[in-house]
Amino acid sequence: MNGVALRFQELQKTGRKAFIPYIVGGDPDLPSLPRVLATLVENGADLIEIGVPFSDPLADGPVIQAASVRARQAGCTLTKLLATIKPVAVRLPVPLILMVYYNQLYLRGTPRFLEEVKAAGVSGLIIPDLPPEAAVELQELAAKLGIALNFLVAPTSKEARIKMAAAASTGFLYTVSVKGVTGTRTSLPPELPAFVRRVKDISPRPVAVGFGIATPEQARKVATLADGVIVGSALVQAITEDPELKKMALLARALREAI
Amino acid sequence: MPETLMAALDELDEAYQRYATTPEFQQELAALHRFYTGRPTPLYYAERFSRELSKGQVYFKREDLTHTGAHKINNALGQILLAKRMGKRRIIAETGAGQHGVATATVAAKFGLECVVYMGEVDMARQALNVFRMKLLGTQVRPVTSGSRTLKDATNEAIRDWVTNVDDTHYLIGSVVGPHPYPKIVRDFQTVIGQETKAQLAELTGRLPTYVVACVGGGSNAMGIFTPFIPEPGVKLVGVEAAGNGLETAEHAAALAKGKPGVLHGAKSYLLSDPDGQILEASSISAGLDYPGVGPEHSFLKDSGRVEYQTVDDQEALAAFTYLTQTEGIIPALESAHAVAAGIRLARKLKPDEIMVINLSGRGDKDIPTVAKAMGVEL
Ligand SMILES: Cc1ncc(COP(=O)(O)O)c(C=O)c1O
Repeated sequence: MNGVALRFQELQKTGRKAFIPYIVGGDPDLPSLPRVLATLVENGADLIEIGVPFSDPLADGPVIQAASVRARQAGCTLTKLLATIKPVAVRLPVPLILMVYYNQLYLRGTPRFLEEVKAAGVSGLIIPDLPPEAAVELQELAAKLGIALNFLVAPTSKEARIKMAAAASTGFLYTVSVKGVTGTRTSLPPELPAFVRRVKDISPRPVAVGFGIATPEQARKVATLADGVIVGSALVQAITEDPELKKMALLARALREAI
Repeated sequence: MPETLMAALDELDEAYQRYATTPEFQQELAALHRFYTGRPTPLYYAERFSRELSKGQVYFKREDLTHTGAHKINNALGQILLAKRMGKRRIIAETGAGQHGVATATVAAKFGLECVVYMGEVDMARQALNVFRMKLLGTQVRPVTSGSRTLKDATNEAIRDWVTNVDDTHYLIGSVVGPHPYPKIVRDFQTVIGQETKAQLAELTGRLPTYVVACVGGGSNAMGIFTPFIPEPGVKLVGVEAAGNGLETAEHAAALAKGKPGVLHGAKSYLLSDPDGQILEASSISAGLDYPGVGPEHSFLKDSGRVEYQTVDDQEALAAFTYLTQTEGIIPALESAHAVAAGIRLARKLKPDEIMVINLSGRGDKDIPTVAKAMGVEL
């Protein structure tokens, strides 16, 4: 069993819901990554998503776009990011998941990309612009290497697509809460509970909800519906506002407690 | 493509299959083309150009004479008829040169739909005239400040808008790029260019051309004129990419000549990206060719060898711009000037009985400020 599925199994045994923070790798710079990860773990992260900075992050809103620009300006490349993750991953008690746009993987070549990611100690992948039907080769190779794939479903996904994404996901099913890009929202969509219930009914895999969740109150609500809560932009923003990471730590702690 | 859009792409695919082939749809589009677009556009025999450069005959397909001044209107009209049938009330588009933005703003005004056009800040500056045209037409032009602030980034922003407003919004893509079914839909709506060309040339000369030449940004005017000639083995098809400051520099937009296979905006095709998969910024004096990717079908036609792709740099395009203006009294768009430049090179090869058709995809009014600046002239 891959690291992501295993972690969800452990959590389910204890009745705990997963807190899954997302940060952009190399923002504000690569040397701060180990400290960011350690701080998130100290404050209750169960799994951590690391976004690979990309020139054209079309699923992302302004906060993560800006973080991506900063990280690239500070010299973050895929190779350097993996080299930074490697020594840290073995010591961290939580699985790391890379969020990567498909061209980054495609240009590397799927087999080589997976080997490198595996060697760096990464447990899973999220590819926000790759639908499962276009990922047949990737599914085979990732299964062989024990790397979890976590496909996405959205409020517009029909039942057949939710089934397909769930069947292709070997970690969790990433349930996008809103029609839109990443970024904080002042309120969750009113249809969210019904949508998450629908996904939960269909999916044999754990269901984690992300996009737009920013406050502990929102996280508490989502945790009653799903197996995991993903928070990105709010934490990325907190890192920007306070590079000492106190703000991020406080927010992570509050989110953890709410979940 | 983000999962949120997969349902909308399926819906578009279904709507296209259901409506676009019906006689009722075809008749509505044909009537609009006749009375609104101004089709068929002339196939013009360029006598002086031919005599000065060639032993053969050179013709121009005059898409520059369409309403709004470029081939982009062909696709905009087709797609808006679809959008209306799908019950969409809002249209969004990306634009580089502003020609697709103007075409979209035009059809949105005509059909009474709300319209938002995304345009990179760099392009807004160099195509200021078209920005104001769109505003006059009642469209909201949203400046895009991310990345290279050109066409690629405008496309990102349009996709982000579509993800957010997918229920009531149709994304009217302007070229044969993006996810399925767009490359096919846009090609089909542009194929009227090639169909007319073939029929007109047959009527004028009773023959097929030896060369058909078109510029390639995303590649819609080229697919439009090439498609009916692809099954004719005697017709050489030449696509022309922008070499910007030169292929040996980093400042060009020649995805087919210098790119590698990659994935951008939901399509797999030749793409300018670095080994880490970061998309590179394209560069060309012509905003409409300034895109780091190219339509997937062009990638296929390159690999199959059916189309030969050449490149023309900024200087050569400017020289062709001036040459056509002064030999035929036709001011071409800078995009089209790339095709004209390749045509000037090929013209010498024509034998007396041979014919070359160059697709004049648009007119150059929008480019006068850019050309003046390149010539060091202050307006
Ligand atoms: C006049 C003209 N020609 C060509 C193009 C390039 O687009 P495509 O390659 O899709 O024809 C543009 C795009 O803006 C244009 O305005």
